Amino acid sequence: MTAIPANSRLRYHSQLRQGADERREDTHPLTWRLRDDGARVGLDEYRQKNGYEGARKALELAPGDVIDAMKTANVRGRGGGGFSAGVKWSLTQVGDNLPRGYLVCNADEMEPGTFKDRLLLEQQPHLLIEGMIIAGYANRSKYGYIFLRGEYVDAARAVALAIEEAREAGLLGEDVAGSGFDFDIALHTGAGRYICGEETALINSLEGKRANPRAKPPFPGQAGAWGKPTVVNNVETLCNAPAVMQHGADWYQALSGTLSNDGGTKLYGVSGLVERPGLWELPIGTSGWDIIERAGGMREGHTLKTWLPGGGSTGFLLPEHLELPMDFDTIGQYGSRLGTGLIAVVSQRQSLVALLRNLEQFFARESCGWCTPCRDGLPWAAKLLQAIEHGEGQPGDIELLQEHAKNIGPGLTFCAHAPGAAMPLESAIRHFRADFEAGIARHAEQEVS
Amino acid sequence: MATIHVDGSAYDVDGSDNLLHACLSLGLDIPYFCWHPATGSVGACRQCAVKQYKDADDSQGKIVMSCMTPAADNSWISIDDEEAHAFRARITEWFMTYHPHDCPVCAEGGHCHLQDMTVMTGHSRRRYRFTKRTHHNQYLGPFVAHEMNRCINCYRCVHFYNDYAGGEDFGVYGMNNNLYFGRHQEGVLESPFAGNLSEVCPTGVFTDKTHTKHYTRKWDLQYAPSVCHQCSVGCNTSPGERYGSVRRIENRYNGEVNGHFLCDRGRFGHDYVNRDDRPRRPEWRSEEKREGQSERDSDIMHLDVDPALDRGADLLRSARRIIGIGSPRASLESNHQLMALVGKDNFSSGIAAGEQACLERMSAIDAARAVATPTLRDVERHDAVLVLGEDLMHSAARLALSVRQAALGRRVALAAERGIPEWNTYAVNTLAQGRCHPLYIAYPTATGLDGISAKSLRLAPNDIARLGFAIAHEIDADAPAVPDLDDATRAHASAVADALVAAERPLVISGGSLESLSLLDATASVTRALARREKRAGLLLVRREANSTGLALMGGQPLDWALDAVTDGHADGLVVLENELYTRLPEARVDAALDAATALVVLDHQRTRTWKRATLGLPAASFAETDGTLVNLEGRAQRFYQVYDPRYMRPECRIHASWRWLDTLRASLERSSQDALTFEQAMDDCARAHPALSGMRNAVDTVALPEGIKLARMPHRYSGRTSLRANIAVSEPRMPQDPDTPLAFSMEGYSGFDRPRQNVPFAWAPGWNSPQAWNKFTDVVGGHLQGGDPGARIAGAPRPAGGAYPAADAIPTAFVPRDAEWQLWVLPRLFGGEATSARADAIAERAESPGLGLNGHAAQALNAADGTPLTFDAGNAPLTLALRIDNSLPDGIVTLPAGVLPDATSGRWVQLRREDER
Amino acid sequence: MSDTRFYAAASIATDGDGFTLHADDRRAILAERGHYEQPQAACIEALKIVQKRNGWVPDGAIAAIADTLGVGVGAVEGVATFYNLIFRQPVGRNVILLCDSSSCFLTGFEELRDVLSERLGIGFGETTADDRFTLLPTCCLGACDRGPALMINDDTFGPIAPGDLDELLEAYS
Ligand SMILES: Cc1cc2nc3c(=O)[nH]c(=O)nc-3n(C[C@H](O)[C@H](O)[C@H](O)COP(=O)(O)O)c2cc1C
Ligand code: SF4
Ligand code: FES
Repeated sequence: MTAIPANSRLRYHSQLRQGADERREDTHPLTWRLRDDGARVGLDEYRQKNGYEGARKALELAPGDVIDAMKTANVRGRGGGGFSAGVKWSLTQVGDNLPRGYLVCNADEMEPGTFKDRLLLEQQPHLLIEGMIIAGYANRSKYGYIFLRGEYVDAARAVALAIEEAREAGLLGEDVAGSGFDFDIALHTGAGRYICGEETALINSLEGKRANPRAKPPFPGQAGAWGKPTVVNNVETLCNAPAVMQHGADWYQALSGTLSNDGGTKLYGVSGLVERPGLWELPIGTSGWDIIERAGGMREGHTLKTWLPGGGSTGFLLPEHLELPMDFDTIGQYGSRLGTGLIAVVSQRQSLVALLRNLEQFFARESCGWCTPCRDGLPWAAKLLQAIEHGEGQPGDIELLQEHAKNIGPGLTFCAHAPGAAMPLESAIRHFRADFEAGIARHAEQEVS
Repeated sequence: MATIHVDGSAYDVDGSDNLLHACLSLGLDIPYFCWHPATGSVGACRQCAVKQYKDADDSQGKIVMSCMTPAADNSWISIDDEEAHAFRARITEWFMTYHPHDCPVCAEGGHCHLQDMTVMTGHSRRRYRFTKRTHHNQYLGPFVAHEMNRCINCYRCVHFYNDYAGGEDFGVYGMNNNLYFGRHQEGVLESPFAGNLSEVCPTGVFTDKTHTKHYTRKWDLQYAPSVCHQCSVGCNTSPGERYGSVRRIENRYNGEVNGHFLCDRGRFGHDYVNRDDRPRRPEWRSEEKREGQSERDSDIMHLDVDPALDRGADLLRSARRIIGIGSPRASLESNHQLMALVGKDNFSSGIAAGEQACLERMSAIDAARAVATPTLRDVERHDAVLVLGEDLMHSAARLALSVRQAALGRRVALAAERGIPEWNTYAVNTLAQGRCHPLYIAYPTATGLDGISAKSLRLAPNDIARLGFAIAHEIDADAPAVPDLDDATRAHASAVADALVAAERPLVISGGSLESLSLLDATASVTRALARREKRAGLLLVRREANSTGLALMGGQPLDWALDAVTDGHADGLVVLENELYTRLPEARVDAALDAATALVVLDHQRTRTWKRATLGLPAASFAETDGTLVNLEGRAQRFYQVYDPRYMRPECRIHASWRWLDTLRASLERSSQDALTFEQAMDDCARAHPALSGMRNAVDTVALPEGIKLARMPHRYSGRTSLRANIAVSEPRMPQDPDTPLAFSMEGYSGFDRPRQNVPFAWAPGWNSPQAWNKFTDVVGGHLQGGDPGARIAGAPRPAGGAYPAADAIPTAFVPRDAEWQLWVLPRLFGGEATSARADAIAERAESPGLGLNGHAAQALNAADGTPLTFDAGNAPLTLALRIDNSLPDGIVTLPAGVLPDATSGRWVQLRREDER
Repeated sequence: MSDTRFYAAASIATDGDGFTLHADDRRAILAERGHYEQPQAACIEALKIVQKRNGWVPDGAIAAIADTLGVGVGAVEGVATFYNLIFRQPVGRNVILLCDSSSCFLTGFEELRDVLSERLGIGFGETTADDRFTLLPTCCLGACDRGPALMINDDTFGPIAPGDLDELLEAYS
């Protein structure tokens, strides 16, 4: 593995589809510093490009003012939930008599169809570190962890190096940048499992336990890692903080213009059978149409049947929904969720039932096994879909699937994993019932013959 | 208090409960799995769903898990709501997708929580048509059987075994729907509480292996309220009998004593009752035969009751003076009848002098104590514990479990500060991060509670006593100071003293395990010092046997005195009550006395060595075949009831309660004719004769039943009664009658839960066949029995002014190791260290082979390695045992587990040599 | 005397399957422990450290890690069997993680899986007879813009057409 093998042309590199000429400091806060060659932006280069300016400004403010700025900017969680980062930061109960807690960066990116955090981690780890310093300061955290999925080996190297650089430059450790604030970061790499991305499962995993989610309340802000107040934020969420601090909340909020009430930009992307799958940093609220357009539209010979707006745990949408602004509130009104904002397209020539079976198998396998609906319901749903896919569905199977979708919905299970699995299931049957009936009709015919 | 509205009715409940707990306490049925009254809520199974509404006007509502929702004031919920009902049925359906549906061959069938809940949710039709997953099962030792395929993944086992009971060799493995609950590798479950898994597991994954070997359905067993005879804690049990043998022991809920859990010695140690070699008819050995301890059938003459009594009376009449040797494992009633037979001056407690001195000292300390004696439930609420000279995991295992909960109580306190309710188990644990209330232990070696102790000191018994005195002095300068105290001990003493004084309710636990009077004096000093600091302190003293406390209160001479009296010719007749003398004093001493006795009558239910020496052996009833009263370590008189009549299935047997044998023997001896003694009379005689025991009368249940109605020992579904003994005779005899108690050997009678009562032979309520049925018999779930918890405390109230510090000369000098000699200490051992339970197969299998404990220095000095056989002079004969290196032992000490040598050898100095270096 | 201590006795009897924790690994595990508030947090990293040296986590390592960190063996095994990147069975010299999630599914994962399976002669969870490759499925690799994707050891590749396999596998002996 040391020599560069012939297969290096097949090596995967994370890549943004926008060239440097397209990305500007005042419009692309997340990506303007990226290099066209995809190499990691080191500390020197990052600093030359105004790096750590946001952190410097934040450390001059009171923690409460930093939180206010995040609230005003309306930075919503990019991990998929869309919860206001500012509000989340204001919930940590760090008082005089309560211990300082932890800031955890959720870099577990495993949502099917999602490949955005990888880019930031591999190519621009200092932006994340800067964001974490800001968040850590706002929450008076005593320590930060980057919970990185084990498979992101290149990202691990890049992040570890960046932490080292930052520490040597006095940006981490005691007395961060001469501010009097002590804060350090450790890289924690995982050992697989999608559920580690759920924030309380992540905390358990960080503590070296099985990644079962925790009951809420208490929320992590109240009692998180080792019972201390803990903030868990997604990589991209944290990467938004430096620009907010550097240029101000109003500037950030204005980035999305009239497109959305949410502030800032978003890493959007497309996967599936499009001409140019990839990633773009665009104002939040950009329409799905616009994004797919940038991806060159469907591949030759394919037409769009349906699409997932932001990962496997979001609901299927129809081509007509491509006109909608891709933001949390809007997509939420159409029986789906923005999720991670990375679109997956399904062609008319692909089997929706097979895709759904694949998704439900994923969710069944990745269920942590804690609660009954998810642990025992999802495998059953996956088996029903498999039967339908193979034309072995029985009358009543569709209704049974719907019953499953209903009973694993929000509030009924212990965490949002199973409701995430319910979304594509419910929406697929709602939009494309005939596809499912086909798998049952054939079975009935066989029985007659 | 909070008012909650359930399906339109308003109820007052404890607002600090969760809704599930509150509703179950109200008697409402909500199905559940992952929740357990003792282990709290984790919200995993989703079975306990109910509809919750914002207010009276909300008609929408949303489904919530009742176990994870506070029973807040003005909550509006519906259990009957259609959507909630349907959801609960789906949960059960999901649970059942992989379940093998093997109820007919499953040991859980008939007392299965899963069966109960399935019926309760209404799920009946199977729609899952795909394959099930299958698992490989593990060998988990002699107690617990494993059948993972029945698992419904409720996680209750891990909550109990690991979190509640502190086990570490158990866990949950895998993920998604491929979970596995068991040991990390096949092997014996290490926790002494593993047997509770059979009751905690809601289905048949973990079942009682000893029960399976002679299996009977729950509804086909005959039960009685009983009390465990295997140590001094006195846990309440529910033995179940069929075909004349006890098939299993289940926990019998007592809110003040054992709550939901037993230790494995208690649960699996009863099998001696079923031994084939048990004496079942009176036996007569002629003088010559007795000498040789012959066991050939032809040497023994089996007698019927009347000839046995006649011969017994003649035998005793021929003696000049008869000494009665009682027993701390027999009931008060039996001991008293023995005393009545031989006279007070001729009565021995049957306890060796060293132990008896300790017991008497403990009684004196209890009587003069200035602090409360906690029940096990109270123990759990103390916020600092000092254990002096006991390894509770061995000497009183169930108490150790309560002490663990006391230490863990810190979690609850910490969570409360942050507004997290006690029942939210994982949140509470997370906040605590392993922080515990202070627990200090001083013992010669590592103990089973060291894992959660703030400090465990390994000291020689004398040094433990010195530490105790030093602690007392640190707490109260008026307590005598310890001369020549080294700095390390002083520092420890001051740390312990600080912790005890800082606590609101410090608890001191000690006992007789090390047979040290100075240790007991030290314990008394500490409690006295705490009382003078006006702490709400507690004191608990551990005794060795089920009725040690009772016998100490009854009085009597030590066993040594009795043996000497016969050996020295002051007496020539001996009546021995349920006592294996060879486990108490050295063989030569016992032999000498038994040889000298011209008349030896032995009553026992076991074929002991002592029994084999008897001229007349009278087969005594075990705890399962008679009634009696015991006094446990907290001074609680508790009554155990006869489970079955042994003659029903074995008409030839002549087993009777010892108190009955002794009474009739006395009548025969006096040639008086009298009515048969009833149990009530026997109890009353005893209470009247011994003022200290008069409170035993209150250990009786006062359930009000209509005239002529008795409590049923058998569930109403008991089957096959008419054919039980069809192999013996086709005509069915009348069921045995029970003149002694309010219980009937029948399924006819009362067995409900609506009349408050203490005597619950078996817990059953409509729809509740599993042990969770106990929730119907308690005032609130996890509280007390509706009729009050069984038993009556007979000890007086604390006397705040009473007592004085022991004199300074009670403080022993520091222990000094010797060259080439070691002080021998016999340490209690849970499995194999108690004489009757050691006769149960499963316990014998679980008992590890005994070894001599020495630390590495000593091993080096002896040029011996772990396992090297070492020999020492054990009284009349040398004893050779393998060396077990135990580096937690202090220098100069060698340990031997109980049950190998008569315990009276503790404290002796012995020389050790390698067997091969003779 | 081992029988005064329940919690040590049986584990000595059953866990001694000949595994000894390498001194360097023990040191590395103890160093990891320092990064966290409680020692158990180092458990996953400890398993990875052992796996790095052995290729997988043998039974005896569970007890050794439990002992090193002062955590129950049940807890360590519970963790070891939860995470899919901890191997509790021996694996080949090279581990192929083939992404089986939705975007790769949409770009040809199933065909790639079938070809790869046939080429190696093994299915998921199996190891080639020459111990060269173990084939495992994995969650979305975050390479969806270049699906179907896979990882071999530490290297990520994509998109992989069936025809690329020869060239790809060649580098891994
Ligand atoms: C099953 C499941 C998986 C998740 N995976 C991730 C993930 O990989 N990365 C992530 O940032 N958030 C993930 N989340 C969301 C997190 O729980 C959490 O909401 C998020 O990290 C919060 O950060 P944010 O507020 O910055 O978005 C997941 C949630 C669920 C229910
Ligand atoms: S919903 Fe699934 S992943 Fe979430 S706790 Fe329940 S079993 Fe675990
Ligand atoms: S009993 Fe409430 S979720 Fe299990």
